[in-house]
Amino acid sequence: MPKDHGIGASSKRREDVRFLTGKGQYTDDINRPGQAFCYFLRSNVAHGTITSLDVSAARDAKGVVGVFTSKDLEGLGGIPCGWEVTDKDGAPMKEPKHPILAEGKVRHVGDPIVAIIADSLAAGRDAAELVELEIDELPAVVDMREAIKGGTVLHDVAPDNICYDWEFVAENKAAVDEAIRNAHHVTTLELVNNRLVPNAMEPRAAVGEYDAGRDEYTLWTTSQNPHVIRLLMGAFVLSIPEHKLRVVAPDVGGGFGSKIYHYAEEAFITWVSKRVGRPVKWNADRSEAFMSDAHGRDHVTKVELAMDQEGNFLALRSSTLANMGAYLSTFAPCIPTWLHGTLLAGNYKTPLIFTNVKAVFTNTVPVDAYRGAGRPEATYQLERTIDKAAREMGIDPVELRRRNFVKPDQYPYQTPVAVIYDTGNYDATLDKALELADVRGFAERKADSAARGKLRGLGIANYIEACGIAPSSLVGALGARAGLYEAATVRVNPTGNVSVFTGSHSHGQGHETTFAQVVADMLGCEEANVDIVHGDTSRIPFGMGTYGSRSLAVGGSAIVKSVEKIITKAKKIAAHLLEASEADITFANGQFTVAGTDKAIDWGSVALTAYVPHKYPIDDVEPGLEETSFYDPANFTYPAGTYVCEVEVDPDTGVVEVQSFVAADDFGNVVNPMIVEGQVHGGLAQGIGQAILEGCSYDENGQLLSASYMDYAMPRAADLPMFVVDHSCNTPCTHNPLGVKGCGEAGAIGSPPAIVNAVIDALSAHGVTHIDMPLTPRRVWEAIRAARN
Amino acid sequence: MSRIHVTTSVNGDEVDFLCEPDETLLDALRNRLGLTGSKEGCGTGDCGACSVTLDGRLVCSCLVLAAEAEGREIATIEGMAEGEALHPLQKKFIEHAALQCGVCTPGILVATKALLEKNPDPSETEVRYWLAGNLCRCTGYDKIIRAVMDAAAELRRA
Repeated sequence: MPKDHGIGASSKRREDVRFLTGKGQYTDDINRPGQAFCYFLRSNVAHGTITSLDVSAARDAKGVVGVFTSKDLEGLGGIPCGWEVTDKDGAPMKEPKHPILAEGKVRHVGDPIVAIIADSLAAGRDAAELVELEIDELPAVVDMREAIKGGTVLHDVAPDNICYDWEFVAENKAAVDEAIRNAHHVTTLELVNNRLVPNAMEPRAAVGEYDAGRDEYTLWTTSQNPHVIRLLMGAFVLSIPEHKLRVVAPDVGGGFGSKIYHYAEEAFITWVSKRVGRPVKWNADRSEAFMSDAHGRDHVTKVELAMDQEGNFLALRSSTLANMGAYLSTFAPCIPTWLHGTLLAGNYKTPLIFTNVKAVFTNTVPVDAYRGAGRPEATYQLERTIDKAAREMGIDPVELRRRNFVKPDQYPYQTPVAVIYDTGNYDATLDKALELADVRGFAERKADSAARGKLRGLGIANYIEACGIAPSSLVGALGARAGLYEAATVRVNPTGNVSVFTGSHSHGQGHETTFAQVVADMLGCEEANVDIVHGDTSRIPFGMGTYGSRSLAVGGSAIVKSVEKIITKAKKIAAHLLEASEADITFANGQFTVAGTDKAIDWGSVALTAYVPHKYPIDDVEPGLEETSFYDPANFTYPAGTYVCEVEVDPDTGVVEVQSFVAADDFGNVVNPMIVEGQVHGGLAQGIGQAILEGCSYDENGQLLSASYMDYAMPRAADLPMFVVDHSCNTPCTHNPLGVKGCGEAGAIGSPPAIVNAVIDALSAHGVTHIDMPLTPRRVWEAIRAARN
Repeated sequence: MSRIHVTTSVNGDEVDFLCEPDETLLDALRNRLGLTGSKEGCGTGDCGACSVTLDGRLVCSCLVLAAEAEGREIATIEGMAEGEALHPLQKKFIEHAALQCGVCTPGILVATKALLEKNPDPSETEVRYWLAGNLCRCTGYDKIIRAVMDAAAELRRA
């Protein structure tokens, strides 16, 4: 029987009632008395020198409150970067200034130049027409392979446009080279991991307000991590101490990584609210979001996989160009390095791995973490290369993978790329996925497709990811400029109900439900008696927020620690009330009992006594029942799984249809199966979108061609099948109290190679060996034609 | 330009407001009437987050001028539940967890309610194509389709 409450139950999402009735409170739903609006005039060219900028006519326009350029912002800091990667020669990465408003140069279409504050958005937009701006256009560089030649230079500090040139694991380089030289067979694949735009359905927005009486600022913003924004913005950009700055991330409409980062707009809105003496609101329109939200992926990679005669993997060598865009976004440098290179072992026992990553500045929007962040890029190159290797070696792709798996008796498994997998069972998810996909019936379905003139393909991919980011000491050694623990305060109120204040942030994940399930399970109470508070720095303890599938593994663990402290303290109070020894008190189902007796006291009486401490062990225990914990994980968690899909390709049109998709994931223990399913579904949709639909496109002059939903193909309902999702093959995480691994990114990591492998399988009879994503009808059609000729 | 005085019906209540001639119905609903349930996901009629019905017809309120609402009947997400009693679609969306961040949800509910009024027994394919104008970035649509089919079945039994 499935559980009906607590850990393991598919409890209904409590946040849904407000969303379903239009009562959610998102940043754009917040309006402050006397509010003015901000309009950003952005660069419409990709690269250029600002030769003349006169805003006097705009300042005089009707309804305009103020007009600001970089000259007005002197003394403010640039937008900081939170991670420093070290070059192979030991030098720090090149870290050019990222100004709030352009200083003398513009470096991508969408770079903000002028900010206009007006009584209405329309007045601000009209006034922007009066700004006299002249830009001496410079050649733009979009293609990374061109950029590293250094002809067109974005930043003087990086004359070859290279931010860093990173090698990992440097000590393996010679051995990897030798293994590849001497191998029986080497499979080589060059591929592109296409640039994506995260496209949360809620565009970014900010409302800033300054209270002159208290000298306090409040910023409402679309963020996945309000404390991180408060710290970065307060300490590095605006010089406002934390105690004078409140950051609220209310209901947030999706993030997928793009709302982790500190953006120029929110810093400006906060600063200008004091300057103009009015609350100020900014809400990105969709095209503005396309040209200012951090993008994802955008790697160009060459992979070489060396094997012996039996197909045992001997060595892997990979070299990647990773696009940083025009400036460094908050966590950009770590994505192609520490979240990518460390995953290149995948699910396999490849003994020798070496990768070189060059991060490149181009005249494009900054690139940073997007759902999966580095791990999809690692998985894609591995799983595509293994599929190609299987064909070249004449070995069944399932068998080749299985032969090279890390096996269940090998944990903890030290990979050659620094990380240590604590647990897993890749054969189990592979078997489960093959069974659910009815792979045995594939030949029959392929024949049926063929009878209709369609080419059917079967695609398989395994993945592993490092989630629950991360041990602070480890990431500190790797260049992080922050710790990556999480915090939680659990407050038992006098009548026994519970308020939980978490540093994690929910922007669709359903934390208000799942976190309450965990607490209710531990305290033996109704879930309805537990409230989850998040997203407001004035209410929650300092915490690092939500990304990297970390909320339950790290944030949930902090909650567990606090609840454990609460129970320990409550037992002392119960022992006093029951006149028994603390060692004899047991706590179960919300009751404190003296072991071996029928003496008991309920939770509510103990909670009340903590706040009305008349009969109380006051010498040993303080009144009150509230505990705060910080949880710093001992290791990453390693969700893993197998995805199997079938596609049908129309050889006449190149159209790819996804016929079925099976995901067998090992997430460790699962708190709410229904919510976990939904997380996988969403990841699959984004991964399938990457594989066949989505691609951010620039022309050679750096014009963003895909800046609306008419030009950027988002997956729509008719593009996707129903999904088959399984999480029964779980190996609980060994180092966090809930045994959980995280489920937010898996779908987006494992699905692109599964889809592309399926399409290549369908086209293999035509001799097609690779097509770069997205597999649009045109690309597929052209590949078929090219292979035939 | 002077503002335009508009008298209209929203969720059965007669309301009036002053709006700019170029103001969208979406902005009027959100900023003049405080009905912030309808969302702006794109402002160009591509995402459906602002879906409402105008005299029973499904429209993107970002593409309708507020002044066009004069004398018409508008239905928004705020009018879908009757007091505390949720519409069967809303109940099924909770039961199936057919939403995550909630931004596309009001538009999808308004759109699917309009579908079921026209076609009480849609096929999965019909639901998917009816929702062609509604983008969701969180759910992959799977649970949305299941919830709509389930709600349709329940409404047919009622």
